[in-house]
Amino acid sequence: MMTLLILFFPLVASLLVLISGNKLASKVALFFSVIELAITFYCYLIYKQSGAESFYYFKEWIADPKISFHLGMDGLSLLMVILTNFLTPIIILSAFNRNIENAKGYFSLITFMQFALVGVFVAYDGLLYYIFWELALIPIYFIALRWGGANRVNVTLKFFIYTLAGSLLMLFGFIMLYHYNPSHSFDIRELYANASKVCSCNQSWLFWLFFAAFAIKIPIVPFHTWQADTYKEAPTQGTMLLAGIMLKMGTYSLIRWLIPIVPAGVAEWGPYAIVLCVIGIVYASVIAIMQKDLKKLFAYSSVAHVGLIAAGIFALNMQGLQGSVVQMLAHGVNVVGLFFCADIIFNRTQSLNVEGLGGIRNVAPKFNTLFMIVVLGSVALPLTNGFIGEFLLLFGVYEYNTWLSVFAGLTIILGAVYMLRMFQNVMLGNTNETTSVFEDLKWNEMLVLGIIAIVIIVMGVYPKPVFEMAEPALQQILNNALIK
Amino acid sequence: MVNVTDQILRDSLLITPGMLIPLFPLIGFLINGLFGKYLSKSITGWIASISVLLSFICTFYIFINLPSTGALHIDLFNWISYSTLNISFGFLIDPLTLVMLLVITGVGFLIHLYSIGYMHGDEGFTRFFTYLNLFIFFMMLLVMGSNYLVMFIGWEGVGLCSYLLIGFWFKNDAYNDAAKKAFIMNRIGDLGFLLGMFFMLFNFGSLDYAVVAQKALLLPVGSSILVSITLLLFVGATGKSAQIPLYTWLPDAMAGPTPVSALIHAATMVTAGIYMIVRSNVIYALAPFTLEIVAIVGVATCLFAAIIGLMQNDIKKVLAYSTVSQLGLMFAALGLGAFSSGMFHLVTHAFFKALLFLGSGSVIHALHGEQDIRNMGGLRKYIKVTYITFFIGAIAISGIPPFAGFFSKDEILAKAFEHSKVIWAILSISSMMTAFYMFRLVYLTFFNDFRGTEETKKHIHESSSLMTIPLIVLAGLSIIGGFIGLPSVFGFTHQFQMYLSSVTDASKELMKENIELNHSMEYILIATAVIAAIASILYARFKYFTKKEQPSEDLALVGFEKAVYNKFYVDEMYDTVIVKPLKVLSDLFLVLVDKLIIDLLVNAVAWVVGLSGRMLRLVQTGNTGFYVFAMVFGIIVLFVIRLLI
Repeated sequence: MMTLLILFFPLVASLLVLISGNKLASKVALFFSVIELAITFYCYLIYKQSGAESFYYFKEWIADPKISFHLGMDGLSLLMVILTNFLTPIIILSAFNRNIENAKGYFSLITFMQFALVGVFVAYDGLLYYIFWELALIPIYFIALRWGGANRVNVTLKFFIYTLAGSLLMLFGFIMLYHYNPSHSFDIRELYANASKVCSCNQSWLFWLFFAAFAIKIPIVPFHTWQADTYKEAPTQGTMLLAGIMLKMGTYSLIRWLIPIVPAGVAEWGPYAIVLCVIGIVYASVIAIMQKDLKKLFAYSSVAHVGLIAAGIFALNMQGLQGSVVQMLAHGVNVVGLFFCADIIFNRTQSLNVEGLGGIRNVAPKFNTLFMIVVLGSVALPLTNGFIGEFLLLFGVYEYNTWLSVFAGLTIILGAVYMLRMFQNVMLGNTNETTSVFEDLKWNEMLVLGIIAIVIIVMGVYPKPVFEMAEPALQQILNNALIK
Repeated sequence: MVNVTDQILRDSLLITPGMLIPLFPLIGFLINGLFGKYLSKSITGWIASISVLLSFICTFYIFINLPSTGALHIDLFNWISYSTLNISFGFLIDPLTLVMLLVITGVGFLIHLYSIGYMHGDEGFTRFFTYLNLFIFFMMLLVMGSNYLVMFIGWEGVGLCSYLLIGFWFKNDAYNDAAKKAFIMNRIGDLGFLLGMFFMLFNFGSLDYAVVAQKALLLPVGSSILVSITLLLFVGATGKSAQIPLYTWLPDAMAGPTPVSALIHAATMVTAGIYMIVRSNVIYALAPFTLEIVAIVGVATCLFAAIIGLMQNDIKKVLAYSTVSQLGLMFAALGLGAFSSGMFHLVTHAFFKALLFLGSGSVIHALHGEQDIRNMGGLRKYIKVTYITFFIGAIAISGIPPFAGFFSKDEILAKAFEHSKVIWAILSISSMMTAFYMFRLVYLTFFNDFRGTEETKKHIHESSSLMTIPLIVLAGLSIIGGFIGLPSVFGFTHQFQMYLSSVTDASKELMKENIELNHSMEYILIATAVIAAIASILYARFKYFTKKEQPSEDLALVGFEKAVYNKFYVDEMYDTVIVKPLKVLSDLFLVLVDKLIIDLLVNAVAWVVGLSGRMLRLVQTGNTGFYVFAMVFGIIVLFVIRLLI
């Protein structure tokens, strides 16, 4: 029952936000998202006490084809739900003190998005999962289209069609899976149990169908060209939703819906996928070095980071999987922090041009400190959350193949190159006309970045709870993935 | 034999001070970082200094109470741990750690004191001490960590602090570049360290020093695993300790305030590579190939940096290259398997190099920021204390007995002679150069007449006692510091070596080839080294005091001298070979691959879809006759297909 509550509460909230009117919308949305966060915390307590069992919810839905309303939360799902429900209030709070037209629509869509995202993470029936997956696209499409930047129409269209095309491949994959699976079901338990019974020739097809869908969403190079522009054109909160949570749908799905379900396909094609991921890491990092637009720079850095997450998953070992889970959480928090910093800068200077800024540190010391911490988390300095993730991911890749890890490891050097270059250009040096009147953080900005900074350090110092929660789920998935 | 219960009791009494050691600077950092702006300036400086002093007291307390065979283990919590991996966050305090801690807190405290005077009047005063405390904290993690990953926290943490402090005056973009360069070059080394840890974790299942050493002993000497691990760790060391090819950041790092150069870029952080290898001495001893490489890199760096040091005119740059060179000497010692000798030189070097840097800071302070020795001269009349202490430091680094540098350097040279005459010769030449450029510095700075402007001359003043007291203490240490390791050839027991023996004994057994030199040979070596040093000093005196020569103007240089003055154009080479191509590649990826190839394909797919839409639209004519025709045609086609199948 808790699962139903945690899933549908944001849906109700989004309706209430819609009728609350423009003036109150942001506050109402924040209020409900904080309650949702409290519910999430309560679920965490239940999980600590009695494990994942109490979260399963099963109801027959459609008899033929057999589709059921099957929800559940094991440690992995719960962690992703925690990420979603932790970031949503942060994202809402980040929009305070900003002028947003038609605020009720905006915040209602954000909460609706939260509903769909939670749905993706708790759905344990393939088709139900697919419905949530698609549902999540709708609010973000409208957010980007209605509240985006100047070039939003073209960019959003490209983003929408691109990801929709990927989703269709996935739908096709599910139908194929249903057909070839002896149990003829979309239920995740059946899919896991019968994973090895699907002919490996079909598994190859299945692998690429699912992989393409996830690779577009994550995105893995070369499926990434929608991303930088979309991140740039979408309003800040939209970008945060996309980069912070939505792309985790892709990496989460690799773990949940790909490697345990088509193990033979992964065994055959995984090596190609991991090489692709690793190339993407270096490729995106190199591009990020010369990016002049702050948001695009973060977008490319994000491609590099999630490429490493995907590589760790395809390494098919415990270090890679644990690393990927930690890094999904870490990257979610850090990238929201980064884009918020970009928003703060844009809000005051109307500029995102890295080379035109500079000297902000002189006038905004608080902002400087917190921005620095987010940057450090992002370059994976030890005792920040990013380090735990990258350390384990690289170690996972190392166990898979030494040379691949050397190549992937370049990201820790290149990451420092583009991040420090950016930080120097934007924050250090002398002020100029654009930055001399830069106002230091407002209360809501201080709160958002403060919380993010604390989480970055706490997770880096004591990540053990995450490992403990993820372990049983990952063990099961890994066992399934390694069956020949 | 110590009773077991006694030992447990003793250890339990030492755990609290052990945990307090890193806690004090952390608290200092938090107080100054969070509330510094509400406190008056002088208080923040004292908070930072006293926190380091308290750590020093705790360290000293443990130093006295922990026997040299003992080791204190403090396990705090499981850090990265799940079914297949368990890395704990804990501390190990043994003689090696204590030696490092004494240097860090002892010299560190003196530099903190000095900084209160030196940074007085700087608008970033509080910020400076905040960073300094954070640095001390990370440096402690580095040397106290009970496994490689905790060491790595400190390792990267001090890198961060170094970045923050090199770019302390962040309005200056050249300084920011230097800071960024330091961080990135260190990161290159760190990747090596990281990969080395992966090798260890994979092959030994642990990163604990003891476990790694134990498991390594089960492998044959020179096995590829051990060679890989040690080489990768050494890559990390070349970054942090500024060895070829990753040394170029250290001279640039002189952009930071001078106390930072003394603390981070001379006495402590840059020696982390030495510490790491000594800490891993067992696995290094098992990988003779790596030791050869370490020796070669050390010797090459020692010579190369010394040559560059001959031609520098910035007082801090001379000291920076000298530091690179001295670190090379230490690595050479490690490469020869003389782990305790390397550590010994690390300690004495920390005394006299910190002294020299602080002395140069005092000179710069007196001249209001002037760093070019061509604009100095005659300063001994104006700043006596600085002059005398600097002179002592210069004697100590040159290797004149009985000053500290003599003992440690002589020990390394003797070890080199045992191992290879060539290495001995190169190191001896480098030492002569060191003596020469140090006294070139001394004579150009303190002797003859002042060459700066009259305006500056009027304002020359000796620094406050907060700055001179640390100089005097360090000078004292530079004089007597060598007595902790009196050579056995004169019939003394080598206290320092004895103290470290519990750490280095295991590797000593592995390196069987140690042949003891006979005494007469050793006397000859000592005499040669001392005479060579004195000759170099006298030559410097002749050139820069008697003949009053001055370094030529930058443009007047030609040929080899020009190449040396320009540091052999190594920075320019890196720029051409790595930095620029990377930028080109970045643009190429974006414009050619991303925009042109990939996006073209994506758009082509979209275009094909659009085109098919447009084509199909043509079919929708609205003409009934056409529809009927199409229907009949379709039915016929279906029939034909059915007949054929």
